[in-house]
Amino acid sequence: MISVRSLGFAWPSSPPLFEGFDLEIGAGETWAILGSSGCGKTSMLTLLAGLLAPGSGEIRINGERLVRPRPRTGLILQDYGLLPWATLRDNAGLGLRVRRFYGPDGVHAPRAASPGRGVDYWLERLAIADIAGRYPGEVSGGQRQRTAIARTLALDPDLLLMDEPFSSLDALIREDLQDLTLELCGEGGLTLVLVTHSIEEAARVGRRILLLGKAPNREAQVFDNPAFGKRDDELDLAMRRTLRAALEKA
Amino acid sequence: MRRRDLALASLALLLAWEAASLLIAQPILPSPLLVAKALARELGADLPAHFAASLLRVLAGISLSVLLATPLGLLLGQSRRLDRLLSPLVYLLYPIPKVVFVPVVLLLLGIGEVAKIAIIFIILFFQILVLVRDQAASIPPQLVLSLRSLGAGRRALLRLVYLPASLPGLLTALRQSVGTAIAVLYIAELFATRRGLGYYIYFEGSTLMDYPAMYAGIIAMSVLGLGLYFGVDWLEKRLCPWKRGR
Repeated sequence: MISVRSLGFAWPSSPPLFEGFDLEIGAGETWAILGSSGCGKTSMLTLLAGLLAPGSGEIRINGERLVRPRPRTGLILQDYGLLPWATLRDNAGLGLRVRRFYGPDGVHAPRAASPGRGVDYWLERLAIADIAGRYPGEVSGGQRQRTAIARTLALDPDLLLMDEPFSSLDALIREDLQDLTLELCGEGGLTLVLVTHSIEEAARVGRRILLLGKAPNREAQVFDNPAFGKRDDELDLAMRRTLRAALEKA
Repeated sequence: MRRRDLALASLALLLAWEAASLLIAQPILPSPLLVAKALARELGADLPAHFAASLLRVLAGISLSVLLATPLGLLLGQSRRLDRLLSPLVYLLYPIPKVVFVPVVLLLLGIGEVAKIAIIFIILFFQILVLVRDQAASIPPQLVLSLRSLGAGRRALLRLVYLPASLPGLLTALRQSVGTAIAVLYIAELFATRRGLGYYIYFEGSTLMDYPAMYAGIIAMSVLGLGLYFGVDWLEKRLCPWKRGR
């Protein structure tokens, strides 16, 4: 699905974050990218979204070289990226509106998009249909994040990129949305790449975990996670200890 | 602004006016009752036509400034390069009280309608330009990034993000500028016209010495300003419903 080859990237006037970095992510896999602040987690996600261009090397998705945002990649950010002046329903339908704006030009919208299940289905599925007429400023953080997820899933994506999507939510809502995200990815066969600074979250949602260390990152440090989908059992605790030790070492 | 507050403020003003007119006891400050009678009389005569002439000039000035300043403000707010290029010019012209341009505009554009509308336009233009630009520039990059990830290019961003995000700034600029625009309208209507509240007030007060009629004209001008304020409030409720209850 995703193939990162000899990636080099640096922000202007800053030391490089990646040098000759390789990574392979298979279709339908769920990945967590873990690392401390400034290690390049969000930059990696933004590169995978096609919103940044690599300085050197290349990123291919489904064999195609990534040069701009793909219509079938969904990106969900920490602060939800919702329009404050649009209702939750309008926000959930925003991606479809953008596609209608350009028509099926193959650049901003796919040439042959599947009709998908529609906004109403996802509003129902994410349990926000009864508040769909409200504005983002009138609902909770969890409901805003559900709207952002609905907006992305309404576009029938094959790749879901999430940048610390649950970090500002309280524990119960965060766990609820982590479970929901895994469930939805499983149902739709979506590839998930989730960036987090939380060891617990990485161990919870990442079947495979990419650990980024001090920049520049040259080799992908990847952990297979036997505790994937489990919470607070022996395997989960052992995985967290392993990740913590690796993070401290990195 | 709540209606009850407005009614209370009007009542307080009328009481203060009545007290001042009793104290001064000169024709230059007639009592509110005398002015009310004059207002009723003038409403049946020329005053509505003068009101309509002023209203049309203000509306034309507002429309022109919104139509020209909004796209330019959006452009500057979106493009740092363009903003760097044009901002010094804007900041040089912005603080100048635009009323000083009245003689220049009258000389350049003549003494007809165009000059009067142009004066109002100049005042509103810079106010709207600066506020719309600031609003467009203050849009969180995360929001733009999020829309770009959905496939939005420049056109879609302009329509779906920058324009709606700038509406509150545009309406704030209008609200702030309406008072100044009407003050300058008065000055503009002193020159070479026989229509408009500025002309009416000056003519009734300085030529006919009909002070109650002059105050009736001042009340009409105040109603014009108030109506425009309420108009902006109404537009804000219609166009920015997400701001309700904040």
